[in-house]
Amino acid sequence: MLGLGATQLEDDMHRLLSSLFHQGVLDDHFSQLQRLQDHDSPNFVVEVVSIYFRESEKLLTTLRALLLERECTDYKKMGTHLNRLMGSSSSIGANRVRNVCVALRTFSERSNRAGCINSLEQLEYEQCLLKSKLHELFQLEQQRLMASGLGYGYHSIMLD
Amino acid sequence: MVCEMGGDYLSDMEVEVLPSMWPVDLGNELGKQFNIEIPGASQELLEEVAIVEDPSVVDFKRLLELTNYSERGSSQLAYLVKQWEFKQNNAVRLLKEELDILSKQRQEVELKKLEILEAHRFEEDKYVGDKRPVSILDEGYDIWETIPRRRNEIVVQNSNFEIDSEYDSVKYWKQRAKELEKLLEESTRREQRLQDKLQENIENLARQSSPVEELSQILKRADNFLHFVLQNAPVVIGHQDKDLRYRFIYNPHPTLQEEEIIGRTDVEIFTGAGVKESQDFKKEVLERGLPAKREITFETELFGSKTFLIYVEPVFSKAGDTIGVNYMGMDITDQVIKREKMAKLREEIAVQKAKETELNKTIHITEETMRAKQMLATMSHEIRSPLSGVVSMAEILANSKLDPEQRQLLDVMLSSGDLVLQLINDILDLSKVESGVMKLEAAKFRPREVVKHVLQTAAASLQKELTLEGHITDDVPLEVIGDVLRIRQILTNLISNAVKFTHEGKVGVNLYVIPEPDCGHSGRCTQTVSDAQSSDSRKARVEDSIPAYPSNSYVEGGVSDEQPGSARIKASASLDDDKEDSLETKVWLRCDVYDTGIGIPEKALPSLFKKYMQVSADHARKYGGTGLGLAICKQLVELMGGHLTVSSQEHHGSTFTFELPCRVPLKRVHSDDTDEEISDMLDHDATMDDDEAKVGHFCFKPRTLGTLFSSGGPIARAKLLNNTINMQRSLPKETYSLPMSIHTTNDSAQVKNSCSATDTIDSSGSKFPREPMDIDNNESIIEEERKKNDQVCPQVNGCRSGSAELDALSYPSDNCSQPRQMSCSDPDNGNEKKQSCETSCKSQEHANRSLDSSGLSKAQSQAKILLVEDNKINIMVTQSMMKQLGHKIDIVNNGVEAVRAVQSCRYDLILMDVCMPIMDGLQATQLIRSFEETGNWDAAREAGVEGLPSCSGSQSSSQEALESWNRIPIIAMTANALAESVAECLANGMDSFVAKPVTFQKLKHCLQNYLSV
Repeated sequence: MLGLGATQLEDDMHRLLSSLFHQGVLDDHFSQLQRLQDHDSPNFVVEVVSIYFRESEKLLTTLRALLLERECTDYKKMGTHLNRLMGSSSSIGANRVRNVCVALRTFSERSNRAGCINSLEQLEYEQCLLKSKLHELFQLEQQRLMASGLGYGYHSIMLD
Repeated sequence: MVCEMGGDYLSDMEVEVLPSMWPVDLGNELGKQFNIEIPGASQELLEEVAIVEDPSVVDFKRLLELTNYSERGSSQLAYLVKQWEFKQNNAVRLLKEELDILSKQRQEVELKKLEILEAHRFEEDKYVGDKRPVSILDEGYDIWETIPRRRNEIVVQNSNFEIDSEYDSVKYWKQRAKELEKLLEESTRREQRLQDKLQENIENLARQSSPVEELSQILKRADNFLHFVLQNAPVVIGHQDKDLRYRFIYNPHPTLQEEEIIGRTDVEIFTGAGVKESQDFKKEVLERGLPAKREITFETELFGSKTFLIYVEPVFSKAGDTIGVNYMGMDITDQVIKREKMAKLREEIAVQKAKETELNKTIHITEETMRAKQMLATMSHEIRSPLSGVVSMAEILANSKLDPEQRQLLDVMLSSGDLVLQLINDILDLSKVESGVMKLEAAKFRPREVVKHVLQTAAASLQKELTLEGHITDDVPLEVIGDVLRIRQILTNLISNAVKFTHEGKVGVNLYVIPEPDCGHSGRCTQTVSDAQSSDSRKARVEDSIPAYPSNSYVEGGVSDEQPGSARIKASASLDDDKEDSLETKVWLRCDVYDTGIGIPEKALPSLFKKYMQVSADHARKYGGTGLGLAICKQLVELMGGHLTVSSQEHHGSTFTFELPCRVPLKRVHSDDTDEEISDMLDHDATMDDDEAKVGHFCFKPRTLGTLFSSGGPIARAKLLNNTINMQRSLPKETYSLPMSIHTTNDSAQVKNSCSATDTIDSSGSKFPREPMDIDNNESIIEEERKKNDQVCPQVNGCRSGSAELDALSYPSDNCSQPRQMSCSDPDNGNEKKQSCETSCKSQEHANRSLDSSGLSKAQSQAKILLVEDNKINIMVTQSMMKQLGHKIDIVNNGVEAVRAVQSCRYDLILMDVCMPIMDGLQATQLIRSFEETGNWDAAREAGVEGLPSCSGSQSSSQEALESWNRIPIIAMTANALAESVAECLANGMDSFVAKPVTFQKLKHCLQNYLSV
């Protein structure tokens, strides 16, 4: 019975993952990330992703502050922050976030404020989407682990 | 018969006397202009009531003038005259008709006479009777009583004479002649009578219709009625001429005689408020020629305070010039008073209502606020309870056996939990203070010790090179009563704040006694002291304050007074000694917490103590924090009856000053139990004697810094190393020895000590100090939150092997011996290098090593790889990938650290991120390449990398090192995989590049190429 539940959950996970891949929310790097998870680091993905969100949310706040609080936005600074965000996003395979980042960077390089704000909003939306999807995924995984009776569901770090 | 007829006629005629112009019997004929009614009874009544003294005073000459000159007067007169003329005409016409009739009758009579004569001659009786009806005009007057109609028709009857005698006899004729003669005589007589009557009528007419008499009669009647109507009305009527002299006045309650009024103006008659105004008003009307009304309040001696509604209308002459004013005043004093009362009432009601509304609003808002705060408090509490569970469980978990990764996660968890707890505690405190729930406790405590402990704690968790100092003047009482927990909280908050924003220099506390601040005190401590001068003067004041309040002044006096006071209290055995305390020995303590930090811009000062406010968004990012600390401090200080102020100079430092009233306890028995009472104090201090307790200076120098987390990072560490190495000569003797946390054991070496200091940071930095852990707990922790600055801890990991020199001094696997070995280091440069490497690694990695001894041996056989990367995600991913590929890597976060790592260790491969803070990958590569070429770090030193070994005296060894030093492959990791960027990398001395994000394949490929194992 437990096994059955686990299978079910695994199927759900696969379905969710494939839909995320299909929609372009995630790309191959996420699979790589998953492959890095082993018995030595059983929560590697969750860890990385939660750090990613912590970092990226800070960056987003900074970006927003840069864009909105100043009269003349410091585009160079924005670029630095964007590079960081892009680096992290591409590392975890957040494809769409990365793409929006590229767009935002282009706008910031051209000092297009309106475009920047637009992209930033899109970025925040993508971020949100990614977060909720991954949250769902991790929950599924946790449930699966519990269902399959594997004891090491050590999920102290949740996505908020 | 004829006589009878004539008599009838005459009697009729007699009735027809012309009526008087003002008929007595007005009867019920209403609709007349004057609507006058004179009922018989009331006529007498009227006469009875008639005022004896005629209140109206008339200047008749003026009236005449008026009637002559004023339009209205003359028209009125003309009207009266016209009426009179009309009536006269009427009478004349009547008389004429009468006369006509009479003359006709006479003619007839004469005719008859002739006829008689003729008939007599012709002996024919042709007498014809007069049958003509007399009709007289029956039209009535408009105004005056209609002239009564002639009621009777005059019929002259023809009478036939009857003669007895035989016709045409002499007798007959004789008889007839006689008859006729008689008739004639009668007729003549009648004529005579008529003529008399006519004469009489004419006379009567002339007598009766004198116009003046009539007019005066009319006027008199009108006057009477007017008097009747007006006799009790509070109305004054008057007429004034062009010079505003009274010509007529009617006043029902006269107070002045006629001669006192007529011919004078208002101003001349009486004085007082309002007189002038009314005079001016009349003048205005006179000038403008338009009637007007005004309300004027008089305040005169004559009739006191009265308000009149005055109506003034101009009077025009025929030529259109104003020749005076008619004036009418009505006393409306009562109405005005009532009206004013009403207005006042209404106003009061409105005010009342507004107040009520306001009050309701306030109540509503207050309720809302209270509810919100209550909710906040409840929620915070609700959040805190489970969180405490989580944190304490995690702490218990931390004591169990965990692998490093788990421990790392657990540390993140703990630090995050602590942070949240701290935050919630802050919010709770704040809402408690605001909602008035916070209760202050009164306990004895020793201010010196509070300052000392707070500084000690701060020093223990200090992560940078700062001197912490405390100075307490001698006049500060040994013990005071207050809420020590809160005072500690305030001090801790201010000091940690000061530490947070100070990068070099010192942070200190001055505690001294001040006289009770007066009202203007807060004005003195303005928040805008920001210029250098005032800052200096502030410092001067602080320093002067010690002599300024000599020990025998206020407080000492209070203390000396204490003794008899206490004796007295003891004698009276008063239980209420709290009260006595407050009465006798209240002391104001002033505490300055100063620093030499970044200071506060002037514009940020006003919002400094507001909740959730930070100086700027930049600061918030850089320094973290919630912005609640100062708000809480201020509220707490104010709750205790003191005040908190700040003065600051940007880039030079800030001083937070709070002044608190404290009670000085009575020294009942100056014995051992005092110590027991200071329950709050740390246990191990309880035993100290008074001399120790009176120490007024504390100084914590940065010597004991053992952390790798300092904002200065490697720089601080390098200094520390130098310090450690040169300990024998540079150990400051005067430095206050910092008592280490409890677990610190007897003779642990200095470095061990520093490790434990690091440990102390971990525990004391959090609100819930964890159990001190053994040394392997000392690994580096990724906890951004706690460090609150952007510096990522340098993770120079695993530099324990790799270079031949270092290998030569192979480490004992027992890590506990390492520190000892460290402490007895020799000044040899190579060793120094090794040592610094070791130190930098030690505190982070030996835990790993001790737990993972298999990894240790494995690592020695492995290639040494350094990852230079600032992005945490990338670090984690790369690290994990490397792990899977069978490599352990060292990680640093920027170019400077990379240079230092390379300087202290040999690496087989460096993966270098290009974009990094502080120093980017390109420059770091250049510096490393420069070292490889020249064998010294001059270039790096020039570039500002500190803490590198000096080249003097180490030339040989570095040359030696260089010989065995191969060119380290440096691989760029760049997200900018554009052609020019790649070219740039290569131009700066990099060997290759990996496009980000890194993948297994890329890494593998790269390692295969460059690690020719």
